[in-house]
Amino acid sequence: MDNGKLDVTKAIEAVKRIKDIVDANKEYLTELDSAIGDADHGINMSRGFTKALEKVKSNEYNDIGSVFKDVAMTLMSTVGGAAGPLYGTFFMKASMKLAAQKEADLSLLAQAFREGLQGVVALGKAQLSDKTMVDALTPAVEALESAAKDGLTLKQGLEKALAMAEKGMKDTIPMVARKGRASYLGERSAGHQDPGATSSYLILKAFYDALEG
Amino acid sequence: MKKLINEVEKVVEESLQGLVKAHADLVKLHPSVRAVLRVDSPKEKVAVISGGGSGHEPMHTGFVGFGMLDAACPGEIFTSPTPDQMYEAAKTVNGGKGVLYIVKNYSGDIMNFQMAADMLAGEGIPVEQVIINDDVAVEDSLYTAGRRGVGGTVLAEKIVGAKAEEGASLEEVKKLCERVNANVRSMGMALTSCTVPAAGKPTFELGPDEMEIGIGIHGEPGRQRMKVKTARDIVEMLATAVVEDLPFKAGDEVLAFVNGMGGTPLSELYIVYNDLSDFLEKKGIKIVRNLVGNYITSLEMQGCSITLLRLDEEMKRLWDAPVCTPGLRWGM
Repeated sequence: MDNGKLDVTKAIEAVKRIKDIVDANKEYLTELDSAIGDADHGINMSRGFTKALEKVKSNEYNDIGSVFKDVAMTLMSTVGGAAGPLYGTFFMKASMKLAAQKEADLSLLAQAFREGLQGVVALGKAQLSDKTMVDALTPAVEALESAAKDGLTLKQGLEKALAMAEKGMKDTIPMVARKGRASYLGERSAGHQDPGATSSYLILKAFYDALEG
Repeated sequence: MKKLINEVEKVVEESLQGLVKAHADLVKLHPSVRAVLRVDSPKEKVAVISGGGSGHEPMHTGFVGFGMLDAACPGEIFTSPTPDQMYEAAKTVNGGKGVLYIVKNYSGDIMNFQMAADMLAGEGIPVEQVIINDDVAVEDSLYTAGRRGVGGTVLAEKIVGAKAEEGASLEEVKKLCERVNANVRSMGMALTSCTVPAAGKPTFELGPDEMEIGIGIHGEPGRQRMKVKTARDIVEMLATAVVEDLPFKAGDEVLAFVNGMGGTPLSELYIVYNDLSDFLEKKGIKIVRNLVGNYITSLEMQGCSITLLRLDEEMKRLWDAPVCTPGLRWGM
């Protein structure tokens, strides 16, 4: 029975959708990263989520927190670079909020993603407008929270979050990078969309698509 | 893309297997994680461990052995290794005197080593980290990830490795590593790009008559792009930036390190060394030790970097101390 919440089946479906969307955009992410980074983002994300999907498919789960935790551990040990610890931390912190929960509604998922975002900020020390994944995740999490306050469904909330993440991602184009390898370019980093903000958008899109069924 | 590889996904793995087969007397693979270990597993010393993305060979895996590293943790090409590699490698080689991580200043390396260090500390294993950040091409400000770790890393690993081999304490080894980092400066340049195997095409495009000054070791662009100049003019640009930054002064005794990026012939590196020697002589800076060759590379990139280290008596003695690794060996 579909109550519109994120349960174990849908959480695993989300991991599958992330893997698929990252694979489909592997070259695109790598191209974005070639322009201002070191040309490995698409490759690393694809490797990480391929392994994460293998992991969650091979296990039995009673709660969504454990799904998120296995994703986190797999990303940390397979992605490498900065993306590994950062996305690993995002899923790890979120998993703590989701521990022992059979399903998440919009309010709970908003809280989990907020925890995840705070973990990313604490580890990467990036602020808004530094041209990083934080620029896509922050407006998305804010949109989830405000949608939860307005009593919207999870799918409606994710739809709004996705729109804000997309805007946040595109807003990184004119920014001058202040974190990560792109920061070495200084002014020359302006004019390129941030690969990390782009992968964050894709991950949110996968969550939205997973709920769509 | 033309490369001597079998499968793109297995580049690092097969290369490591080749390394340990070629140097079975010196190094071996860790049984469970991707790490290269000293075959003789000494226990009565501080364990010195480094790591980072692959593609810079011989650094770091080629520097495992007597008088240098106890373990090296390679990531995928140009990608930081993961925390479990550094954690497991440290647990294996720690003989009780603690672990020093030598980390190059890249966001990914910092985060992954930090996580590994946290895990070790959580188990009561003494661990320290020193961040190498010698690249003067990058402006060190609040608005960047800070200076990159480049050529100075090789010198730090040799000198600090020798100190650890003497049986120094973790605190002493760490202090020395910080002192090396405080006295070393580098800058590099590229004549061509490099191609990450999994990406399949060059990381950046340089016109046939262009070069990039201030390049990083992953093909990250540097200070500026310009028309190719003579070796003498290029040396002057790189060395001026390096000398003025510390600054190195007349009378200083230095180790001059001319490093190839992987695709430049040794004959050209000696031209660079010749010009560097003339440049420093005019400034009254004395080269008392040197290293010329491909030691911290960027796949098949053509180009070079210049590193100067201001030496004190202890650093000189430790530089001269015996070392026996796949990539660096003398005195034994």
